Amino acid sequence: MTVQAALAGTPVERSLLAVPGAHCAGCIRKVEDGLAELPGVLGARLNMTTKQLTVDHAAGLQLPAIVGALARLGFEAQPLAAGAGPASNRDSRELLRCTAVAGFASMNVMLLSVSVWSGAEGATRDLFHLLAGLIAIPTVAYAGRPFFRSAWTALRHGRTNMDVPISIGLLLVTCLSLFEALTGGPHAYFDGAVMLLFFLLTGRALDSIMRDRARDGVTALIKQVAPGATVVQPGGRTEWVKAEALAPGTLMVVAAGERLAADGVVESGHSGLDCSLLTGESDAVAVGPGASVHAGMLNLGAPLTVRVSAAGADTSLAEIARLMDGAGQGRSRYVRIADRAARLYAPVVHALAAGAFLLWLALGAGWHQALLVAAAVLIITCPCALGLAVPAAQIVAAGSLMRAGVLVKDGSALERLAEADWALFDKTGTLTLGRPELVEADRVPAELRPVLVALARSSRHPLSQAVTRAFGTEELVPATLIDISEEPGFGLRARWEGTPVALGRGAAADTLAATFSVAERSLVLRFTDRLRPDCPLTIKRLAELGVVASVASGDHARSVAQALRGLGLTAQTSMRPQDKLDAIARLQAIGRKVLMVGDGLNDGPALAAGHVSMAPASASDVGQNAADAVFLGDSLLPVARAIVAARRTMRVVRQNFAIAIAYNAVAVPLAFAGLVTPLVAALAMSGSSLIVVANALRLRSAAQ
Amino acid sequence: MSGLALLIPLALALGLCGLGAFFWAMRSEQFDDLDGSGMRILIEDDE
Repeated sequence: MTVQAALAGTPVERSLLAVPGAHCAGCIRKVEDGLAELPGVLGARLNMTTKQLTVDHAAGLQLPAIVGALARLGFEAQPLAAGAGPASNRDSRELLRCTAVAGFASMNVMLLSVSVWSGAEGATRDLFHLLAGLIAIPTVAYAGRPFFRSAWTALRHGRTNMDVPISIGLLLVTCLSLFEALTGGPHAYFDGAVMLLFFLLTGRALDSIMRDRARDGVTALIKQVAPGATVVQPGGRTEWVKAEALAPGTLMVVAAGERLAADGVVESGHSGLDCSLLTGESDAVAVGPGASVHAGMLNLGAPLTVRVSAAGADTSLAEIARLMDGAGQGRSRYVRIADRAARLYAPVVHALAAGAFLLWLALGAGWHQALLVAAAVLIITCPCALGLAVPAAQIVAAGSLMRAGVLVKDGSALERLAEADWALFDKTGTLTLGRPELVEADRVPAELRPVLVALARSSRHPLSQAVTRAFGTEELVPATLIDISEEPGFGLRARWEGTPVALGRGAAADTLAATFSVAERSLVLRFTDRLRPDCPLTIKRLAELGVVASVASGDHARSVAQALRGLGLTAQTSMRPQDKLDAIARLQAIGRKVLMVGDGLNDGPALAAGHVSMAPASASDVGQNAADAVFLGDSLLPVARAIVAARRTMRVVRQNFAIAIAYNAVAVPLAFAGLVTPLVAALAMSGSSLIVVANALRLRSAAQ
Repeated sequence: MSGLALLIPLALALGLCGLGAFFWAMRSEQFDDLDGSGMRILIEDDE
């Protein structure tokens, strides 16, 4: 509190950062205590479940300073866009609260009901019915809101869904039971009503939690493109400005290793830019004064000064986002299997209840008796098992997939994944690892390796990093170098024990090569963007599943052919984001359900347009956001595994539907005959729900 | 039967206690970081 008092009056800001490297109690302490020492920080809290760090700080403290402080503590951190935080979990929280209330009520009402069933009579029975009503009516009013709201929305738009029969059944049963309780009747269905609510809410809550869990996992991996830039003010002073506040005409300084926050033209400086986020091509592009550059590109070499030409919504990045918005509309029209079932189910249920009411009236029963039978029909047909059939199976399967390294964002993704019959792959970063690797590393003489590593580790160029990785596993002490300099467009120079050494561009046009020279000796290092492990096996598995695989790449035909040799895939090359969209539209026009697998920003629109989509965890944030599922690790096999698991899930969902229908086939005639007492309803309902959940649990090992 | 006058309110009160505790736990963010809470026990505050 003292810190807050000292800073009273200064505006406080809350920033969210992803800290993927934190993994133990020591990390929590190092991060939180370390940041507390940074002037301006009011408080920091690290959430280990989502690997997100929330920092409250004075508005004067800028994000790069926090990231820098974390880097000094030994943690890599990426700023996250505001709004990606836990606020999005509000739906699940409301559902959880409703479930807790319904659970509490159903336990207590059942306590009273069991006493009635075991023979309470007369005044005691009436008292118990009234007490049950006192608990059940507020519960239905509180915990039933999610259903009432959804049913009302559907009815207002002239549609019907699963929630309409649920809401009508709940209200009718509650009102009738209240009447029974007040007039001292023998049967009150309060226990049935609250138990129904409890089971249905459990299904809903499971569905919602599953969505949140996978989304949190994905947000933790997401890297924001570029939250802002260092801007040169008139008079030479520099200041850090957020991306959305950048105006055309300002000068920004982009240090090596930073991403550009806006489109612009280079004013001064020479460097190499990694454009893979935009184009999907892995080669660095050399730029100098006058070159036009785009937001999202990564500066690999020397600092650049860039005059901003377009910022915020006008950048080419934002243009891709707009393409994605349009492309995603088709998918929002997809109707989930539970809703398709409800379309058939709801009218049947209503007709049955109305039929029972009319039949009993026609047979000479009073309206009261006829209404009771109709209510029993409604409550017994209420899709208790149906409501659990889909979410129970999907959450068990998603849990199994998560353990196998696939994060599925929601249940509808599993349904669409099961239908896929065409897999369209991007090349760079999807079929390949998206990072160059040194080939024939043993050609480098052992005595020169310390020099090579010492040179390479002083640069952020992808090829240098590949060299560092290649020798990173060996125990070697890097040589001591002096006068290290990096020259954009050429490479690194230094002196080693008086000898000039260099690591620079390869001689030929082949950009995946570098020359390493010590004095007069020189050695060509070759690199390759290796295919992901299990690539051929995955293609084979897909073929066995009846899924046709093909490649759509933004890269040139030559490099695609070189990389994919031996896989036997057809490929379309040099495709822009719009071309990939068109390719998907053509396939879907002939009735194919396309699974799009891609990673780059350039795949974003295609990922949104595909019937279903997957992205590797190494993908750009746009890719991960647009994809329905994200797979972790280097192997490509999870793609085939996810399809197998999704199809198994749908098989179990269909079995669950069959069980629910079989149960109704037995129970409805009983209800029609007026034989369903509250005891029978309670037994039938919990019995069918337990069977459905038990069947869903068989999916525990679906992803193995 | 006179025991009912005591037992029913008692059962309800206990149930409500449980419900209240769950609501309190949810509001005070006890479920927000299940992994971290377990680890924080191990942090010593020896300042």
